[in-house]
Amino acid sequence: MQTKRPLRALRTFLRTQDERIVMLLLILFVGILSIAPLARLGYAALIPDGGFDAARILRTLAGGRVIDATLNTIWISVSATALATVIGTAAALLAGLTDMRARTLWVFGFVLPLMIPPQVTALAWLQAFSPASPLLGPLGLSLTPGTRHPLYSAGGIVFLLGLYNAPLVFLSVRASLYRLPAPLIEAARSAGARPLPVTRDIVLPLIRGGIFAGAALAFVSSIGNFGIQAMLGIPARVPTLITLIYRQMNSYGPSALNDMALLALLLAGLTVMGMAVTAWLGKRGDQRVDNSSRPPRLSLGAWRAPVTLLAWGYLALCLILPLTALLGSALVRGYGQPLNAETITFQNFANALFRHEGIRDAFLTSLWLTLAAVAVLIPVSVALGYVLSWRRGWLARGLMLASELAYALPGIIIGVAMILFFLRPLPLIGTGLYGTVWVILAAYLSNFLALTLRPILGGYAQIDRVLDEAAQLTGASLFARLRDIALPGLAPSVMASAVLVFMTAINEIQVSVLLVTSRAQTIGPMIIFLEEAGSSTLAAAVGCLMVALVLILMLASLIFGRRLPPGVLPWRD
Amino acid sequence: MSAIDIACLDKSFGQTQVLHQVALSIGSGEFVSVLGPSGCGKTTLLRCIAGFERIDSGRISVDGHLVSSPDHHLPPEQRGIGVVFQNYALWPHMTVAQNVAYGLKIAGMPRREREARTAHALDLVELGGFAGRRPADLSGGQRQRVALARCLAMESRIVLLDEPLANLDVHLRGALEAEFANFHARSGATMFYITHDQAEALALADRVAVMDHGCIVQFDRPDALFRQPATETVAGFIGEGRVIEAEHIQPIGNGHASASLLGQSVRLRCAPDQRGQRSGKISFHPGDLELLAEDAAPGFDAHVTRATYRGAYLRAELMAGPSGSVPLSLNVAAPASLTPGQRVRVGLRDGWVIPVPAARAQF
Repeated sequence: MQTKRPLRALRTFLRTQDERIVMLLLILFVGILSIAPLARLGYAALIPDGGFDAARILRTLAGGRVIDATLNTIWISVSATALATVIGTAAALLAGLTDMRARTLWVFGFVLPLMIPPQVTALAWLQAFSPASPLLGPLGLSLTPGTRHPLYSAGGIVFLLGLYNAPLVFLSVRASLYRLPAPLIEAARSAGARPLPVTRDIVLPLIRGGIFAGAALAFVSSIGNFGIQAMLGIPARVPTLITLIYRQMNSYGPSALNDMALLALLLAGLTVMGMAVTAWLGKRGDQRVDNSSRPPRLSLGAWRAPVTLLAWGYLALCLILPLTALLGSALVRGYGQPLNAETITFQNFANALFRHEGIRDAFLTSLWLTLAAVAVLIPVSVALGYVLSWRRGWLARGLMLASELAYALPGIIIGVAMILFFLRPLPLIGTGLYGTVWVILAAYLSNFLALTLRPILGGYAQIDRVLDEAAQLTGASLFARLRDIALPGLAPSVMASAVLVFMTAINEIQVSVLLVTSRAQTIGPMIIFLEEAGSSTLAAAVGCLMVALVLILMLASLIFGRRLPPGVLPWRD
Repeated sequence: MSAIDIACLDKSFGQTQVLHQVALSIGSGEFVSVLGPSGCGKTTLLRCIAGFERIDSGRISVDGHLVSSPDHHLPPEQRGIGVVFQNYALWPHMTVAQNVAYGLKIAGMPRREREARTAHALDLVELGGFAGRRPADLSGGQRQRVALARCLAMESRIVLLDEPLANLDVHLRGALEAEFANFHARSGATMFYITHDQAEALALADRVAVMDHGCIVQFDRPDALFRQPATETVAGFIGEGRVIEAEHIQPIGNGHASASLLGQSVRLRCAPDQRGQRSGKISFHPGDLELLAEDAAPGFDAHVTRATYRGAYLRAELMAGPSGSVPLSLNVAAPASLTPGQRVRVGLRDGWVIPVPAARAQF
């Protein structure tokens, strides 16, 4: 009996203090993975050698290349945001408010580009004008060799970033539309207003908050989109902050880390500023949440057929044109060949799938990194969601803010922060983690925590807190309550979270592009490396496989996800 | 000419039929209430009239013009019908004055006239000083009045109201009931008022349509609903009515009938075309029963099962009949005391023979 006493004491301690222990673990997790690296980044940027040197900061930032890149970053992101906001809002109004035909399929097609890795999108658009494009090639619209590709320009970057981020605005605006109380629209109609005035005078002012929230997302995504900015901006010689950091890393390695940290801090400052401006612009909208019926659909009348045609035409242009071109390029032997019976080959796919060791290793690394990230992030998010939903307090809000910041900041900043944080040998292990896959895993955990957290918070909102309190009265510990009360209700949201993180992490490029080395390679940046090395057709084949993987996952989630709460899977209408 | 004419209206959502063969004819300037439990289809009926729902069969005409039929649907914005929604549906991004003026602006009315008409409408509902406020800054009752002002300014000849008092507390309800009566008197508009509260319906309306399971079971004046219910449903729904079985119903002329109730011979009111029946249902209200002082007077023996203090009166639940199995309710004036188990003798002052469907008066 004597020996059991310390154990029992420990167990009692665990039982009574379980909430504090969980909170402590959460603080440690977020602290080590999000707060400390970002703090280290700020430290390296501002006081690299133990002292604040204003002259060094000015010298670095006032350089011609940095000013150029900063200005480019600002105007490219702002223009792309404007484009994305216009397209996304129009699409949300069409899909959410009108009786356009075949809406469900159209929404799937409209949101699909968001799930395709940006570097693949850029590659696909670049191939759109190649002779192998099955749409433009036979029409004779392909570029003659030697002409400059129109997308290799600042305008091209704006165009692609705008199209790529339009679904983000779409999702945000659609969510506000669903919250719009139906009687507000019906009242306007019984006051004599036709569909167009109703949209202009009632709907648009009321969904303003959603529009600007979407614009903020589009801005953050544009400014941090490494895939498109690098694939188009580097050959076009349009430097942006993100490509500047990448090229410095390539040219100087970790020795230039302090300057890179400064640039990363500048990029982070611009991102936060953009978010603040859009938040301020969207603030005055007086939107009341109402759970009444969804707004009635407005009839397009005689315009129904032309509008439907136009909407599908947009999808054909933005989805089918680049994707068929990508497939075309993947099916020919050499870049620039037209696709016909003589040139068609499956060699590129065979190489990508079976022969090329680098690709195979990178894919396997990405796969296990992604699975590991999902396995760690889901329990952490369930616990953090519990604290945020049912305990609150400033400490929980701080953790949430830190995770949101790590998610919103461009992935490349997390990359720089992780290098800085893990470059030096760790106290217990004796070696640094830099150059190993563990740094990439740490970066994933830091960057994607907010992504898993969001659907799970949505799941908690649907569970009555009284259920947990009733279980608490029976004496169930926090762990038991999470397992028996919260988790069954959360299961669909947890599934959705896992799918979202999996799809984002498996193909991602911006976080790992600075962290990959010859020892640790992920599949996302592979396309850029292959394209830089001149293997365009192989890059196209890898891109096709990525798109196929994304499509399979999306369709599978649609089939298995019927029990999910509405709005969790963005591609489901 | 009637303002709203509805004939043979059917409406289904998927597999569920919500409205069955609804027919109503509402006169110009009339105040009509539609009364029924939640889920009976009354809000769907309102939405069909307003034009928010298409109908499956039948027709709706407004002022003699066809507005809804299975193959003709006038959109709501062209019907000129005002609607007061349950949650008021005030546009939160507009001021009170903008809310009231919006319909006039859409109609293309010049600014000066629009402002005058808006100010006048707001004065009528005594909100003249609130023109510049946002709906969020108003109390529940004030928001309701803005919604009314919106209909006043539009000079809608027909106003549909969807449970406008459902979300308000009891004190405000009384005040706003008066507001609706004033609005009706001032505007002369035809009012179509949906509610589940019978006190509201009986107090406000010229005529009340009682709905149940998508059908209109009776459409009549409030006092007729109370005194001459057409069906058991209406009899049980209105005024805590009690329906029990009677035997040997025999018309004795002049709208009266004799019957045997719980072994006692009673005199009841009945429809003019009431025929003799071996048995039938009769209805009465708690106020129709009285406590008898002497055991010899004609009446029934009963025993008290429960007595509840209700302030002005004492409510007694009784069991009567040969085997003590027929429940009755009785109101006794306040200074009285009844205890459970006590034996009493009650008399029936008034009652109504519910017509059998074949003999039911058409409404």
